[in-house]
Amino acid sequence: MLKTFKIGGVHPEENKLSAGAAIEQLPLPDTVSIPVAQHIGAPAKVLVKRNDKVKVGTIIAESGGFVSANIHSSVSGVVQKIDNVYDASGYRRQAVIIKVEGDEWEESIDQSTDVKKEITLSQKEIIDQVNAMGVVGLGGATFPTHVKLMVPDGKKAEVLLINGVECEPYLTADHRLMLEKGHEMMIGIRILMKALGIVKAAIGIENNKPDAIKTLQKISVEYPGIDIVSLKVKYPQGGEKQLIKAVINREVPSGKLPIEVGAVVQNVGTAFAVYEAVQKSKPLIERIVTVTGKSVSKPSNLLVRIGTPVSKLIEAAGGLPDDTGKVVSGGPMMGKALNDLEAPVTKGTSGVLIFADKEAHRKAYDACIRCGKCITACPMGLEPFLLMSYAEQQMWKEAEDDKIMDCIECGSCSFTCPSYRPLLDYIRLGKSNVSQIIRSRKQ
Amino acid sequence: MNRLLTVSPSPHVKGHDSVRSIMYGVVISLIPALGVAVYFFGLDALKLTLIAVIASVIFEWLIHKFILKERPASAFDGSAIITGMLLAFNVPSNLPVWMLVVGALVAVGVGKMSFGGLGKNIFNPALVGRVFMLISWPVEMTTWPANRFHLTDGYTGATPLGMIKEGIGNGKTVSELMDQVPTALDFFVGNMSGSLGEISALAILIGGIYMLMRKIITWHAPISIFGTVFIFSAIMHTINPEMYPAPLFHLLTGGLFIGAIYMATDMVTSPMTGKGQIIFGVGIGVITMLIRYWGAYPEGVSFAILIMNATVPIINRYTKPQRFGEEVNNG
Repeated sequence: MLKTFKIGGVHPEENKLSAGAAIEQLPLPDTVSIPVAQHIGAPAKVLVKRNDKVKVGTIIAESGGFVSANIHSSVSGVVQKIDNVYDASGYRRQAVIIKVEGDEWEESIDQSTDVKKEITLSQKEIIDQVNAMGVVGLGGATFPTHVKLMVPDGKKAEVLLINGVECEPYLTADHRLMLEKGHEMMIGIRILMKALGIVKAAIGIENNKPDAIKTLQKISVEYPGIDIVSLKVKYPQGGEKQLIKAVINREVPSGKLPIEVGAVVQNVGTAFAVYEAVQKSKPLIERIVTVTGKSVSKPSNLLVRIGTPVSKLIEAAGGLPDDTGKVVSGGPMMGKALNDLEAPVTKGTSGVLIFADKEAHRKAYDACIRCGKCITACPMGLEPFLLMSYAEQQMWKEAEDDKIMDCIECGSCSFTCPSYRPLLDYIRLGKSNVSQIIRSRKQ
Repeated sequence: MNRLLTVSPSPHVKGHDSVRSIMYGVVISLIPALGVAVYFFGLDALKLTLIAVIASVIFEWLIHKFILKERPASAFDGSAIITGMLLAFNVPSNLPVWMLVVGALVAVGVGKMSFGGLGKNIFNPALVGRVFMLISWPVEMTTWPANRFHLTDGYTGATPLGMIKEGIGNGKTVSELMDQVPTALDFFVGNMSGSLGEISALAILIGGIYMLMRKIITWHAPISIFGTVFIFSAIMHTINPEMYPAPLFHLLTGGLFIGAIYMATDMVTSPMTGKGQIIFGVGIGVITMLIRYWGAYPEGVSFAILIMNATVPIINRYTKPQRFGEEVNNG
């Protein structure tokens, strides 16, 4: 039997429309808006000013704390202004706006496509280089990668898990990467293993990507210590805790990090970014983005410079369909609906998903019929119907006691509810109130 | 590219289940039992079922519209149809129509709408209606017509459970009485006296399997009820086979099948987790057998389920699902 996680999970329609579309380079836009807060943690501090000339790879904002990341220019040109722009969160955030002129790269970057296999840097040099190149987790959470590589005192990393699950419906960026950049990714994994001082790694891939599993299995003989683990398709298997449970059958305790059970989890895209950072001295200035949707004429996987407006990606995929009702940054289960198509692609943008108007609206919701389907669906073993009621009644203590903070916001409960109840909306409300209460208690 | 976009929080896709699809799924699963009822009791069975369904839907619509003043569309979500069907399935096929209509009013009005409607009621509405009728009109509710196929001479039309209970009370033994009741195969297909929809374990089982496949119900409550009844009656039968009939008799007679598969799996009035549903089912099994052996009525499934309905909130409180990372065993 194929491995998977045990508690909960749902099976949304996969709709991997762009799975067959090879990665294409998106032409350079006229301007890019590069936000300084593209990662979890402190925003980066801007280093450039109006009219400064920058090249591809020039650092434009430096890490603003321990948990933060450097930001580099993704294009060559002139800084037009530092301004607040709408990003995928729906808020206006500080960004560096650069007018594109040519495509001139920093000399330190190795632009060749040769695969460089030999890892010459030491453990510490690798971590410093990953930090310097602004690499963050590309699976969506955008946690600074170098922080994950520094194992806290008293803890020990035993196994590196690479997330090739891509459990979100529609998205295929990771799938294409595994197919087309397998060697680079494997070298990236070897680099991460060296940085962590471990000899064991496993790539978890759902078995709806048999070609990726086969390709990687074939080349994995060249990279000792890396297992390819085929997983049964189930959402949200790409959740960090679910992936650890599925691949090595360990449960991260409530409120703890994966390192508690000796695991470090990185996304396949991150492994590739680490390869480029360490072997090619290339900062994280571009990423693969899936542009898709049922009405999209050319579902695509595009290699996009960070800061490119989402509208340019949609143009490349055949333009915005006439029946468009909603545009989501990310996947359909956890992505954010955009209010402005000029919002820039950031390090965490895994997809641009276009819904027709008829798919874009929610139905009116009915009373809870106590069917228990949300409990069965919850991968964290919570009771979403109850947490929603607590939030409605502002019963924060009860919500905390029933583990509302364990919620990973995967959306399985709302997805499955036959009464169309907005379970996750209320749970988010509850989480934000409960986390405020927890914070005030600590002070 | 300037157009108004919908902005809403994730998830942006929705599964296919809806209240309607679930409720109509249950309605479909009841069709085999309805077919058997018509086969054994004739068109009376169909007539009563239709009347109960129409009455339940109309009462729910009227209460929504004129008392709760909400959108009355929810009267058509299918749940009132189920209440009507199950209510009719729990009465003899020769029950006067007006009694059934009053029963439907109590089932929907008191059992369901007085709590605020679907999802909020504590007790199974059809059972509330049925028990109300049983207490109000005990004679009419327990006088069953002989079905169309008289197998045994002098077969009176009492239910097998009633015959056994009365016989034992009169000092007869189980083996003497067993000659007078139909065989286990008759019980299984439904060739016996009883309320119109409860007689055929086979038809109800088919409906139950359909609901299991569509994930409308889970196995927990029915299996724990059957298991409990089996074990309880096996123990008693072993102690004194002349006082207490064999387990198979208890499993296949009375309202156990319809109760276990339809009433005890009612989403609204049963516990939320599998663990809770097992406790709930064991409770129903035990109370049913206590009533069958030592209660005033020959049959106790309805009472057992209603009593256990009242314990659901407390069962829910003590049967939380297993949290991820709670009992960590990372050996």
